[in-house]
Amino acid sequence: MTSDLKHTMHHTSTGSDALAPHQDFPAGHNPGHAAAQGGGRVGAGLFDPKQLLTSLPEAFRKLDPRVMVKSPVMFVVEIGSVLTTALAVTDPGDWFGWAITAWLWLTVLFANLAEAVAEGRGKAQAATLRKTKTGTVARRLLNRGTQGAEERVPGTELRTGDLVVCEAGDIIPGDGDVIEGVASVDESAITGESAPVIRESGGDRSAVTGGTKVLSDRIVVKITAKPGETFIDRMIGLVEGAARQKTPNEIALNILLASLTIIFLLAVVTLQPFAVYAGAEQSLIVLTALLVCLIPTTIGALLSAIGIAGMDRLVQRNVLAMSGRAVEAAGDVSTLLLDKTGTITYGNRQAAEFLPVEGASEKELADAAQLSSLADETPEGRSIVVLAKEKYGLRERHEGELAHAEWVPFTAQTRMSGVDVDGVKVRKGAAQSVLAWVTGKGGHAPGDAERLVAEVSEAGGTPLLVAVEEDGQDGTAARVLGVIHLKDVVKEGMRERFDQLRAMGIKTVMITGDNPLTARAIADEAGVDDFLAEATPEDKMALIRHEQADGKLVAMTGDGTNDAPALAQADVGVAMNTGTSAAKEAGNMVDLDSNPTKLIEVVEIGKQLLITRGALTTFSIANDVAKYFAIIPAMFAVAYPSLDDLNFMRLASPESAILSAVIFNALIIVALVPLALRGVRYRPLSADRMLRRNLGLYGVGGLIAPFAGIKLIDLLISLIPGVG
Amino acid sequence: MSDVLADVAQVSALIVALALVHRPLGDYMARVYSSKRHLRVERWMYRAVGADPDAEMRWPAYLRGVLAFSLVSVGLLYLLQRVQDKLPLSLGFKPIDPDQAFNTAASFVSNTNWQSYSGETAMSHLTQTAGLAVQNFVSAAVGMAVAIALVRGFARSRTGELGNFWADLVRGVVRILLPVCVVAAVVLVALGAIQNFAGIHTVTTLTGDDQHLTGGAVASQEAIKDLGTNGGGFYNANSSHPFENPDGASNLLEIFLLLVIPFSLPRTFGTLVGSVRQGYAIVAAMAGIWLAGVVAVTWLEFAHPGSASQLAGGAMEGKEQRFGEGGSSLFAVSTTMTSTGSVDSFHDSFQGLSGGVLLFGMMIGEIAPGGVGSGLYGVLLMAVVAVFLAGLMVGRTPEYLGKKLGSRQIKLAACYILITPALVLTGTAAAMATGNGQSSMTNTGAHGFSEVLYAYTSASNNNGSAFAGFGADTVYHNTALGLCMLLGRFLPMVFVLALAGSLAAQTPVPATAGTLRTDKPLFTGVLVATIAIVAGLTFFPALALGPLAEGLAV
Repeated sequence: MTSDLKHTMHHTSTGSDALAPHQDFPAGHNPGHAAAQGGGRVGAGLFDPKQLLTSLPEAFRKLDPRVMVKSPVMFVVEIGSVLTTALAVTDPGDWFGWAITAWLWLTVLFANLAEAVAEGRGKAQAATLRKTKTGTVARRLLNRGTQGAEERVPGTELRTGDLVVCEAGDIIPGDGDVIEGVASVDESAITGESAPVIRESGGDRSAVTGGTKVLSDRIVVKITAKPGETFIDRMIGLVEGAARQKTPNEIALNILLASLTIIFLLAVVTLQPFAVYAGAEQSLIVLTALLVCLIPTTIGALLSAIGIAGMDRLVQRNVLAMSGRAVEAAGDVSTLLLDKTGTITYGNRQAAEFLPVEGASEKELADAAQLSSLADETPEGRSIVVLAKEKYGLRERHEGELAHAEWVPFTAQTRMSGVDVDGVKVRKGAAQSVLAWVTGKGGHAPGDAERLVAEVSEAGGTPLLVAVEEDGQDGTAARVLGVIHLKDVVKEGMRERFDQLRAMGIKTVMITGDNPLTARAIADEAGVDDFLAEATPEDKMALIRHEQADGKLVAMTGDGTNDAPALAQADVGVAMNTGTSAAKEAGNMVDLDSNPTKLIEVVEIGKQLLITRGALTTFSIANDVAKYFAIIPAMFAVAYPSLDDLNFMRLASPESAILSAVIFNALIIVALVPLALRGVRYRPLSADRMLRRNLGLYGVGGLIAPFAGIKLIDLLISLIPGVG
Repeated sequence: MSDVLADVAQVSALIVALALVHRPLGDYMARVYSSKRHLRVERWMYRAVGADPDAEMRWPAYLRGVLAFSLVSVGLLYLLQRVQDKLPLSLGFKPIDPDQAFNTAASFVSNTNWQSYSGETAMSHLTQTAGLAVQNFVSAAVGMAVAIALVRGFARSRTGELGNFWADLVRGVVRILLPVCVVAAVVLVALGAIQNFAGIHTVTTLTGDDQHLTGGAVASQEAIKDLGTNGGGFYNANSSHPFENPDGASNLLEIFLLLVIPFSLPRTFGTLVGSVRQGYAIVAAMAGIWLAGVVAVTWLEFAHPGSASQLAGGAMEGKEQRFGEGGSSLFAVSTTMTSTGSVDSFHDSFQGLSGGVLLFGMMIGEIAPGGVGSGLYGVLLMAVVAVFLAGLMVGRTPEYLGKKLGSRQIKLAACYILITPALVLTGTAAAMATGNGQSSMTNTGAHGFSEVLYAYTSASNNNGSAFAGFGADTVYHNTALGLCMLLGRFLPMVFVLALAGSLAAQTPVPATAGTLRTDKPLFTGVLVATIAIVAGLTFFPALALGPLAEGLAV
């Protein structure tokens, strides 16, 4: 009935498909994970201390220098460990040498452990995915047609372009597009969501993924991916971290860390001639200990774990990032293109009020509106019935009650629908059509009908005119009763969310197929910064290019084939899993839940990743100050007793001081593993407030914490007999 | 107590004067470097060197200009010293030995002005004026040109062009350094500095000895020595010599000249990048560090612990009575933190911890406010590192003034901050390991080590001052320190210009509420902390074995 509105709806309306899970905005979380996240925003992934134990063998495997060399800071520590081991072996009676050696090895091991734990979480998921891959049998069609003889071949033998048939109960053998039929498909194998989704030929819901299960009906699928390159294969690679490459910012940070390492290496190497002159020649073990304490081991150890965990946080939210680069870019995004339907509004227009014309009562209008909508199964039609019931207490009549009712369906030509019952004809539909119907029946169009229609339109709503023709005293007369105000309902909490994004410096642009008037009204109501009305894919593309020319990074979601160019052009393109293969190929992320709202979370995860990296780097460097105050007096107070003034922590002995610093340096890595995996707490704040907060926490905290930590460890060590 | 009050008044007057002048001077310099016009005298110069002053240069071309010009300068200055006896105005001085001539040439071309000779008893009038004084101008102008090229890197976008080296060089000399120097020299003469081409006067002292006094173009060289943050005095005693620096007023004027361009260049930077607030954030960091140094050294000197200075009523050893503890401390901090290296007192006579502060002022890379030009590009490089760390903490990949700091930019910045610590530490370590350090010391223990550390810190950072007493005129030190000066000056410039080129080529990212604000006090704080922590961590062990061991022992 009211499907006369459909043409104005944006083509990505599949996002609001009733079967698509997770429309639970504003939380936006996958409910399955909500508990684990402690109800926070972005943040939280689980960290189970047991993971440390299970990852231990992998941590040992990573001691291989060919693996270690990829992390320059930790590679230096490993070389140092080898050196001290050799020195300890030559002087086996020296407990101090052995203790330092042991803790240096532990430092390396802890770093590997952090990485192994981060990877381990993906491995479990990959194992589940692998199970879905094995042993699928494909029913390949022999002829090029969609009917006819088929043969059974292993899924791994399928080639691009092959046509396969899948019926209820079949596992879809490979990625492809439905070219015939419609079916409900269980995609829980990849999305974790048990509610089935509809896949049909043509349109934007044609893509199917290998490993998912057809629940009903029969479809013919044209295979689009070679074996080994399917979506599941890529997913396995991604969650395992096998395909992980260092991201641009990670590379830049590594360069900075490597250069700091070189500076400290110089500071330590050149120290020996100075020490010799001072009459306090240092053993190589002490110098190695000093070096390891100074180089930024904390961030060096955790850097790769932070990156893996960032990707993993996306995976936990059912978003697959095809590259780490995209996750980083998400943190930098300054323009978000959001589809109106499904993201900003619920997607279904709903009746908001009945506006009678002069001479008609509201109740009369509501009654007629309800009557005309009883057979209208569109969400809009249902909402009219609901409104009439809620607001005017009109009992819902059933089609069966009206025996003589003759339902007039909506057609594109008449642009209205209605019912003829008991000599009364009710019509509702587009204003022009209904007015034409009324005047055609000899009725008058009341002056205020047009005004009401215009008012509703200006407010961004959709006006439906209701008219009635009934037998009266002077024959039949057609007259207009009033207007139904259909409204696009903005989701709750959107305005707050956009305010937060604005505070973070992110501009939101609403994309809609609506006319500019409607678009503006919804944009104002939702609080977005800008909107693009009557948007075509070309308009979208032009908007992205325009923003990028100004140096801005753009993120968008899309699912249709005609979205593909824009998805490819955007810096962060999140393709909906329900979308076409072309869209999924073009984007650099895929949202398995097909929830366009998640774009906001993706941005937050990107930011959180960068903040975690920066915070731990700052913490790592700030730590060095305290270590100097522990080690330098320990090394030189013998030669220059005045330097004992620097030992204001009053550490027990030179040996215990140096050992405490080394132990603290190792333990802090383990202590920070949960933070690295979980990411620092993220709140959408302006840059200024965020910097103030993080500097206080990780900069000042990084200065102070090691003083306390080293003192504590020193106290414990000095309790060991023969040490203190 | 009146001493302290007088000192506070002196520092306050200096700060007020700098505050008043930085704005017109900074804006003027911005206009000079962005002007399209050429003066007639400038056209003659361009014609003489065959340069097209309107041709835009990309960074490699700009760098080639810097290096070629400086290489020729080193060669000419070396030659001039080697044949000075055969040229006019020789005063009968012998040619300078090859190692010392190399050291001096490197020293003046690199804007260091480390002097392993005594000017009045070694250098002819022609060498002083046509060689050393000319380099005082052009080496300073080269530093400013490179700084301006980096500023253009931030200010420009979607181009690799950084301006024209020859135009920047000539304008720096003709329009900025020369006019100020003329005025300053006249004022110095009025205050009692000498300016002549007189020969050597021999006077008989009270004790009956003969003393030889060399006259010369002292006031003019004094002006550029300070204004160009050069530091090479006409006399060995430098600004403690009454012919160079007659009284407290001239002392304050000289300190003002040291600081005025380095403290004004951030204004130029802010103007050229279109936000003077960006310049203020930088200048605040510079001024904060400088003022902390002044307060620390002045306080340590006034406290003058130790029985000798307690008896004398002041730590006056190595200081001039006419400047006192306050004027000497102010000069010492200003000269070490500006890469000038002129002295009005002997830094080696300062309290142990004061000497540590002076050393640290150089170790942070001569950026508070640093040498003319080199101070600005040095602090901007540190700002790049600070932005990289702090920028991540606001959840964006770092950007400074709209320019992304990716791996190329960080690589260049990291190379820059590696160079001087590497030169200082390896230079000092090599001298100590080979015994050359020990043989040049005049003191033992921690103080002796400080002399060596100070020498290599000063040379590598292009300061030029010394812990007096260090026997620098040996073949080893002349050569090693000469290399430190050249590498410490020109290697960083390579990375600065490469960075400028990579920044200029970028499309700027617009600032949003999510962008790290680099024009706020918070960022100034982050910058100061980054500077202090990076230098502190690098040099803490060396400082502990020198000034800390000495200073804490009192």
